Amino acid sequence: MSRAVVERLMLGLVRGIAFAVLAATLLLVGSIAWRGARVVTWGFIAGAPTEGMTAGGIFPAIFGTLCITLLMIVMALPLGVCAAIYMTEYAGDTRTARIIRASVNNLAGVPSIVFGLFGVGFFILFIGRSIDRVRGGGLLFGQPAMLWAAATLAVLVLPVIIVSTAEALNAVPRSHREASFALGATRWQTVSRVVLPQAKAGILTGSILSISRGAGETAPILFTGCAYFLPRLPVVHLQVPLIGMSIPMINPLDQFMELSYHIFIMATQSTDAAVTRPIQYGTTLVLVGLTVMLNMGAIALRARYRGRPVAR
Amino acid sequence: MAGVIAAGPEARAAASPRRRRRRAGEVLIEAFLRLNGFIAIAAIALIFVFLFKEGVQAFHTVAPLRFVQGTELDFDNVPQVVRMWQPVGQNPKYSILPLICGSFLVALPATLLATLFGVACGIYLAEVAGRRTREVVKPAIELIAGIPSIVVGFFCLATLATLVQQVLGTEFRLNAFVGALGVSFVIVPVVATMTDDALRAVPDELRQGAHALGANRWETIARVVVPAGASGIVASILLGMGRALGETMIVLMATGNAAQVTLNPFASVRTMTATIAAELGAVPQGGEQYRALFLVGSILFTITFLINLAAEMTVARMRRRLSL
Repeated sequence: MSRAVVERLMLGLVRGIAFAVLAATLLLVGSIAWRGARVVTWGFIAGAPTEGMTAGGIFPAIFGTLCITLLMIVMALPLGVCAAIYMTEYAGDTRTARIIRASVNNLAGVPSIVFGLFGVGFFILFIGRSIDRVRGGGLLFGQPAMLWAAATLAVLVLPVIIVSTAEALNAVPRSHREASFALGATRWQTVSRVVLPQAKAGILTGSILSISRGAGETAPILFTGCAYFLPRLPVVHLQVPLIGMSIPMINPLDQFMELSYHIFIMATQSTDAAVTRPIQYGTTLVLVGLTVMLNMGAIALRARYRGRPVAR
Repeated sequence: MAGVIAAGPEARAAASPRRRRRRAGEVLIEAFLRLNGFIAIAAIALIFVFLFKEGVQAFHTVAPLRFVQGTELDFDNVPQVVRMWQPVGQNPKYSILPLICGSFLVALPATLLATLFGVACGIYLAEVAGRRTREVVKPAIELIAGIPSIVVGFFCLATLATLVQQVLGTEFRLNAFVGALGVSFVIVPVVATMTDDALRAVPDELRQGAHALGANRWETIARVVVPAGASGIVASILLGMGRALGETMIVLMATGNAAQVTLNPFASVRTMTATIAAELGAVPQGGEQYRALFLVGSILFTITFLINLAAEMTVARMRRRLSL
């Protein structure tokens, strides 16, 4: 075979494989969209399961997913971003700092089920039960709840957020910091007025991607708060004494239904998985829709900021 | 000149409370950021400590050797060696061998497939695709990484398993190979994006040199660019393998969950991750099985940690070499 033929053959092969991967993705998403679209109606999205989970909608699961994602963001995002700022801008390049950086990097790759173990052992049995012992009077904190599930997910996404934020901060050229210091700016002035504005887009993109990762995880919440079926939403009504009104609030001590767990339990543990297949496809489509939306948002954001001189 | 000097002390006097306030603010902010850093590190360190603390306690009631193999009396009351994970029953068996076997029986084929597809995607992105195509294909591949694994697991269970059985005629509908297909799909984007990064870090001079010597595009890729970025590609494969070993939902749904020691990639297997996921919800807390599951978790953690560490060291080596 002549060299030119080999070249064309191999380049064609590489191109073919790349498009095969895309085709597989399209097949997967397409088959879910095709079968799910027939089920997903407004009633499916806004309704609760009926007739022993074989009919009705999935609103409680959507609500649960949004609640837990929100709680996770509150717990992990500020902590992760601040920690990353400290580690890249303040901690210097000592041996300890390097070891910490390496282990955080490494933790971003720890299996999610390990975080599930941690959630049960640490949050529920250790922290929760300790609170209950101090508080006295029955089990309240020491059982699976949205609070612990969100905390577990927060610990899971924390290293991911730290790594992506640090990456965005490191992309800001060192010379900009040096110029700022030379003008007499303090460290925080440099960070807040020179580094952060340039790294903003990168931090935001990384955060959205991490959140989407957390929102789609199932393994860590299997034992930390998910429920197969709950007749009520995890909402508590807080009485406001002066106006005599009650304000509905997320109850973080309640269990909750969640989209990915709903798919898992309906597909593997329910008594008649074949009958509820359409519901499973519908739920999967909703979950894919949510995460793909988050991901596309992040990718679009990055595309918009790329090419601008500041964002390198 | 004199005026400036005269204004000096006054100006300094006026500015000094402000400067002091600024200094105090600066210190406060640094303290706050440092606190956040320590909380984050502490949370992360806790995982490590806690997992191993619980896992090691399993040895208090179960002899270490029983995690390798147990013994059982057969019908003639002769003790037989058994390698089974069967934690419920009169004579609970905790052999971790079938679980490790299952994990690798899924992870190795998955890594192999993902290497083939992922490295090809990476080469396509970095060397073959035009700028326009790249702008479309790269986000599309990244989008795969955003698909939750439960979705892939569900697809394997509901559609792919039947398809594989019809095409290959396997004995069991759910087996290690179906799981491996699903897992490889999840790690292809990991391998592809990291390979792309590694190849794009290869300096252009090398390509130009190869072309100048008369090499065509493929020869440049195969003999110059890929060897130069080899450590990055190896690192991406290692990271992908770490992900494959840690993948839970896909294997839980698609591999059939039969804990057995086997080397047949089309057998039903049960991985370490699936065992934890399937059993932790049903065990009494603090009991023997509970600790055994933590031990399995510790082993899983150690294996993936070592693989990730190896990947990181490979990347560091590549950085050093390319910067020379």
